[in-house]
Amino acid sequence: MTTSGYNFAYLDEQTKRMLRRALLKAVAIPGYQVPFGSREMPLPYGWGTGGIQVTAAILGTNDVLKVIDQGSDDTVNAVNIRRFFARTAGVATTNRTPEATVIQTRHRIPETPLAAGQIMVYQVPEPEPLHRLEPREAVTRKLHALADYGFMHVKLYEDIARYGHIATTYDYPVLVNDRYLMAPSPIPKFDNPKLNHSPALQLFGAGREKRVYAVPPYTKVESLDFEDHPFSVQQWDAPCALCGASDSFLDEVVLDDVGGRMFVCSDSEYCSNRQAAGHAGSAVKEAA
Amino acid sequence: MNPLLQVSGLTKRYGARIGCADVGFSLWPGEVLAVVGESGSGKSTLLNLLSTRLAADAGTIEYALLGRGLTDMAKLSEAERRWLLRTDWGFVEQNPRDGLRMNVSAGANVGERLMATGARHYGQIRSTAQDWMARVELDPARIDELPAQFSGGMQQRLQIARNLVTKPRLVLMDEPTAGLDVSVQARLLDLLRELVTSFGLAAVIVTHDLAVARLLAHRLLVMKGGRVVETGLTDQVLDDPQHPYTQLLVSSILQV
Repeated sequence: MTTSGYNFAYLDEQTKRMLRRALLKAVAIPGYQVPFGSREMPLPYGWGTGGIQVTAAILGTNDVLKVIDQGSDDTVNAVNIRRFFARTAGVATTNRTPEATVIQTRHRIPETPLAAGQIMVYQVPEPEPLHRLEPREAVTRKLHALADYGFMHVKLYEDIARYGHIATTYDYPVLVNDRYLMAPSPIPKFDNPKLNHSPALQLFGAGREKRVYAVPPYTKVESLDFEDHPFSVQQWDAPCALCGASDSFLDEVVLDDVGGRMFVCSDSEYCSNRQAAGHAGSAVKEAA
Repeated sequence: MNPLLQVSGLTKRYGARIGCADVGFSLWPGEVLAVVGESGSGKSTLLNLLSTRLAADAGTIEYALLGRGLTDMAKLSEAERRWLLRTDWGFVEQNPRDGLRMNVSAGANVGERLMATGARHYGQIRSTAQDWMARVELDPARIDELPAQFSGGMQQRLQIARNLVTKPRLVLMDEPTAGLDVSVQARLLDLLRELVTSFGLAAVIVTHDLAVARLLAHRLLVMKGGRVVETGLTDQVLDDPQHPYTQLLVSSILQV
């Protein structure tokens, strides 16, 4: 059911035009943060105002939209944003990654490999990767302009000195196209390798900070590391308890108050597809 | 031999007031120049101009870049200037808290310049940092402690290690011994003197302490009201001051 009284995809045409201009610039300069006039959206900052505006700007009538939050299609934010666009734009929505043309996400990149022609839209809370180290915006812009990123390694050094390994597990800084340092939004570093040379166009929107940036298809995205402490992704001791997958990002689920827990795929679509195809994890086998 | 740093006609005004006016000098490789004078005489303004933190109203600063000879600092691009400042130059702040990153460990502080210039091997960065901590007489075992856990004198030495790790040819120091008690001061001076001679460092040291100037500096620049009133070899200026202000300055030293 579409709601009448709104322009297609909620935002007015001039705003979408402004956003598209900013996005074109962002695609032209991979990893560079382009300022844009962020609008008031009918949801609070931090809930995906940046992603929603980017999605609204790029959505067409023939698009098929998938929205995930923490990898799941069924969480409150994902359901609400999907319904928002179903009502204001009347576009088709889906849970299936291969069918989607636009995928708005928070925290995850789907386990199913993306294809050429698809667009990922990331909701970004903090677009500035240097923010924690240098709070002054004027200074961070200058550092980006001069590609002066040495002290990002100070943070990684500090991690190794303190914990013995690079302890940054999400929003892990990446260098895009050998030029701009970029915050990949709070995706786990498990997903960082998926950014590299991805066939899909990847757009990032930060509503509160009023910035968009992009990684065009087939662009080099390199996670920062040291020669003797190379970048590595998270690993788990056990496969997914529901579908038995050993190659996906797992969430810990607490089962009771005596230490019972299980690990399951955070990507709910991937997990249910595998279960439908006959794969079963330890929890499913026990129940059977 | 050519000078390492050549300054001429350097002027900075703060509105109608003069920060420093028409300052000029040459600094040769391995030479230590002390700038002395009372508070408000323009010493710190001069140092900030030299480090290009302040833009001069008039005058030139030329530096002998490796392989390029004397080059006007104002003609360098910002990227080149920043690169120079963190490889070939050092700046030791009066307060080590301004010159150190207080929220990261001593090792990260010393290693920062290395990482900024492209070092990407954790083990090597760490061993270089430990080596430098030992050179400035800090316990290398304390490499993972935060600067706040070090005493004031140790913080100052840490700051010196952080600056010297890229083996700069020129170091600017703003009152490096101020705020330290005399015994710590003496050890720091001893260390500085040793480092300056063993690395052939050229240094410009701003100080109001004539004893520091006497110990460290080859030449002296006496400033008053933003202008240089007397200049010469350290012993010559301190033992036979010509300008009335220098005479006053020298006679103001308390004799114990």
